[in-house]
Amino acid sequence: MSLISVRNLSLAYGDFMVLERVNLEIEAQAFCSVVGASGCGKSSFLRLLLSEERPSGGEIRLDGAPLADEPQADRGVVFQRYSVFPHLTVMENVILPMELAGSGFCGRFFGARRRRAMAEAEHLLERVGLTQARNAYPQTLSGGMQQRLAIAQALIPKPKVLLLDEPFGALDPGTRQRMHEIILSLWEEEKMTIFMVTHDLQEGFKLGTRLLVFDKLRWDPQAPEAYGATITYDLPIDRRRSLPPELPEELAAEADRFNRKSNQKPYRNEGPFNAVQ
Amino acid sequence: MGRLINRRPGRGGQLLLGALPFILLAAAYLMASDARLAVNPNDKLLPSLQSFADAIDRLAFQPDPRKGTYILWDDTLASLLRLGLGLTVATGIGLVCGIAIGLLPLARSAFAPVVAVLSVVPPLAVLPVLFIVFGLGELAKVTLIVIGVTPFMVRDLSMSVAGLPREQLVKAQTLGASTWQIVTRVVLPQTLPRLISALRLSLGPAWLFLISSEAIAATEGLGYRIFLVRRYLAMDVILPYVAWITLLAFVLDWLLRRLSRRAFAWQSGEAAL
Repeated sequence: MSLISVRNLSLAYGDFMVLERVNLEIEAQAFCSVVGASGCGKSSFLRLLLSEERPSGGEIRLDGAPLADEPQADRGVVFQRYSVFPHLTVMENVILPMELAGSGFCGRFFGARRRRAMAEAEHLLERVGLTQARNAYPQTLSGGMQQRLAIAQALIPKPKVLLLDEPFGALDPGTRQRMHEIILSLWEEEKMTIFMVTHDLQEGFKLGTRLLVFDKLRWDPQAPEAYGATITYDLPIDRRRSLPPELPEELAAEADRFNRKSNQKPYRNEGPFNAVQ
Repeated sequence: MGRLINRRPGRGGQLLLGALPFILLAAAYLMASDARLAVNPNDKLLPSLQSFADAIDRLAFQPDPRKGTYILWDDTLASLLRLGLGLTVATGIGLVCGIAIGLLPLARSAFAPVVAVLSVVPPLAVLPVLFIVFGLGELAKVTLIVIGVTPFMVRDLSMSVAGLPREQLVKAQTLGASTWQIVTRVVLPQTLPRLISALRLSLGPAWLFLISSEAIAATEGLGYRIFLVRRYLAMDVILPYVAWITLLAFVLDWLLRRLSRRAFAWQSGEAAL
């Protein structure tokens, strides 16, 4: 049975159709990339998977059961920004999920329990290369380090599926490469199911075992809001980490468009911790 | 470096330029005072430095012949107690209501309109009501400070809480946090710096309400004393009291600023200002 199954899902704001007739089965341990032009509903779809929004029609099932109607620990998430808590150090951010689960009223561990949690977190910090930044506040970390911290934090509750919302969109190309390696090796090690929204088609191909493209099938020039987007391509990717020899023509054009757009992104200064990487 | 916009003072220059207005004001006062005292040695409007020193000595360092206590310190203690009590209550209400309104949609729907209306009621206009309801004692004065300061605190803090990125709240939920845990581990720690700055901004209005209520009905306090000796045109008392109040206000603000910098190291330099 598939881990996530989406049946005839639709989302509308009043007359404005965002998504319609979305059907999808995602098997466990898949790495699913989602691409599409901006405004195509891919982020809305992610919000539906998070239960941040309710569908207007259809349903999403996770492990056979309908999704809880608010965000839960069964689905982890990493956003493009604001994914870590600025008032906690790296270590505090990582042990926070353990504290929340283990201490209902205080939400905080003290003494031996805290030390145990920190020892447990140590391995994961090492895994994402943040051991030396353990006591730093996120403000002082580079964008790449913040995202690695966010990923480590999201993995602690052992979610059934990890949702990534353009997680590497704000990073410069070199940092993005390293992030790709880290996320792939974590994915292999932890046997996770990942669902990643990206605007970078290359990235989608490189990381995913499966690529979904969201677009509108029908288009009414008099009423552009009348029809919603759905999944227009669903490509299994066999040869990971290399681009397929030839992209379908439309996809190539789309990739071109994305890349032009992403080149306009402002350069991001990575800050004083670059050397630590 | 011909243009005026590009000319900057050095370190010494900065100090000198900063001190210049104070020196000019002091000099202007002394000259005017001298001129008036030369005409009439009993003039009370612009007393000399010597009469200031005498008044300060009498009020701060000689026990009052009738009560046997030191008037300035009595007044200071009474006023600071009222101010501290009023601000503590206002801060407590502000924090609880601010987080509730900023975080919980139900609380926002219920209380945001009433807070918006209450915050435009001029507090001094309800002072008579307070005196009627609570009598002329401490309660009325403390309540005036609370009423004057709380609506601003509630609005400022609820806006700051509502301004937390949506991503943080969603992330906290995916990490398994309950509403209570989100309040205590995510929202409250990030609201405290804003609380301190709201408190700093409230100090000015709080002093205003304190002195107004003391002027109308009190038996001791800094505002009471100023308005009491006004009847005798005792500028030699009023001006040192004003300077003392200014100093107290400045020190309180400075202490809060230091506290904010010390306690919230995670903030960037800009936000900590």
